[in-house]
Amino acid sequence: MRIFDPHIHMTSRTTDDYEAMYAAGVRALVEPSFWLGQPRTSVASFTDYFDALLGWEPFRASQYGIAHHCTIALNPKEANDPRCAAVLDELPRYLVKDNVVAVGEIGYDSMTPAEDTALAAQLQLAADHGLPALVHTPHRDKLAGLHRTVDVVRESALPPERVLLDHLNETTMKHAVDSGCWMGFSIYPDTKMDEDRMVAVLKEYGTEKILVNSAADWGKSDPLKTRSTGDAMLAAGFGEDEVDQVLWRNPVAFYGLSGRLQLDTPEPEPLHEGNSILRGGE
Amino acid sequence: MLMTRKELDGRLGGAARAWLDESLAEAAHAADAAEDATTAFAARSWEMRFAAAGRHCGQDNADSVRTLLLIEARADAATLTRIYQQGSAAERRAVLLALPHLAPPPSAGLPLVEDALRTNDTRLVAAAVGPYAAEHLDPHAWRHALLKCLFTGVPVDAADGLERRVRGDAELARMLGDYAAERTAAGRPVPADLHRVLALTSPTEEI
Repeated sequence: MRIFDPHIHMTSRTTDDYEAMYAAGVRALVEPSFWLGQPRTSVASFTDYFDALLGWEPFRASQYGIAHHCTIALNPKEANDPRCAAVLDELPRYLVKDNVVAVGEIGYDSMTPAEDTALAAQLQLAADHGLPALVHTPHRDKLAGLHRTVDVVRESALPPERVLLDHLNETTMKHAVDSGCWMGFSIYPDTKMDEDRMVAVLKEYGTEKILVNSAADWGKSDPLKTRSTGDAMLAAGFGEDEVDQVLWRNPVAFYGLSGRLQLDTPEPEPLHEGNSILRGGE
Repeated sequence: MLMTRKELDGRLGGAARAWLDESLAEAAHAADAAEDATTAFAARSWEMRFAAAGRHCGQDNADSVRTLLLIEARADAATLTRIYQQGSAAERRAVLLALPHLAPPPSAGLPLVEDALRTNDTRLVAAAVGPYAAEHLDPHAWRHALLKCLFTGVPVDAADGLERRVRGDAELARMLGDYAAERTAAGRPVPADLHRVLALTSPTEEI
């Protein structure tokens, strides 16, 4: 089973996770820039983070034979902090980079005027840079948030077929289908979606334009949820081709809209002492 | 490892070759235009192409394409520094590879080499220990760069001027000996490259 995790925050994960993901079939992933758990207080703190997504983290991934791409954006939560909003001015120089395959994660958190401004501005940036956009849907007041998100997308220069709506669930799915956007589902241990509910959604709506991700980060989450969803699909009677469509071809098609996906992943370089992350001194 | 323009032309398809032609022309134009240090990033079209080299010419060719662009644009110290500091790892590597060709003053070039040597990214470390480092790094920093190669598994052949710089270096020989002892005490193998470098430090070969 080949797996492309279209949404996972590897910065927060260990090398054990990379190893287990490779063993489970993960060969490519996209790491969206997002909130780090601890609020940032300056623009420089964002640019260091973006630089890591374009430097150290792809190097770590390459040590395990996994192609790493990223999405760059000011996330909605921190868009509300005036100390961080100036990150928007830094984004254009990042959005030209080879490994940036979308603008994201953008969307709503608390649905404030500042979030309105950041979302609209960044959808425009995506259109200007020939990039698709990864738009998450809010945790709180989700259905209303989805409606408002879709309205802003409709008013933007970015066509819906270049937008991925993420963190969907049973209550928001129908409206997402009607929007014409790509649809992402995050499979979590306790919250968001689980494997069996995901299989039920796929049975009802089919496998077109649907992406499954682990959205694993610094919270309780599991980077192998993509694989367990693939296994659950097979157990429920889906064929291998349908699993491949959801777990590989759909994310490749969506992020491929950027023209920047490079999936000819080189074999991992020979490891030093089997310890691939080279600290020096070990 | 860097390819010439001719070698690149042989590897690139028609569209990529045309893209490279235009990019090099823009870089040459920028080199000829009056330099304005305050020009915004977006206004320098060749720098946008520098960032986009991987997707247009392929990752395997990107080092060579980017280095050619820097040389063609005759990037000065300030430009090299800005491009390095604002670059992805791949872009930073190209700046490091271009240093010996553009020869910025050590006051500008060495901080970039030292930055790369502080990382644990072997692609950057390998690019940092080229001819520019061989010429300008002081003995202490150069010894640590060599040790870092041994620690992180970068082949010491990446280090330019190896034989010339290590010959007769008793301090390096001591460091290598201590490192070998540390490895042995831990029950770990000593990198084969270490013995090779250690042998090169011995001045007896010359006598």
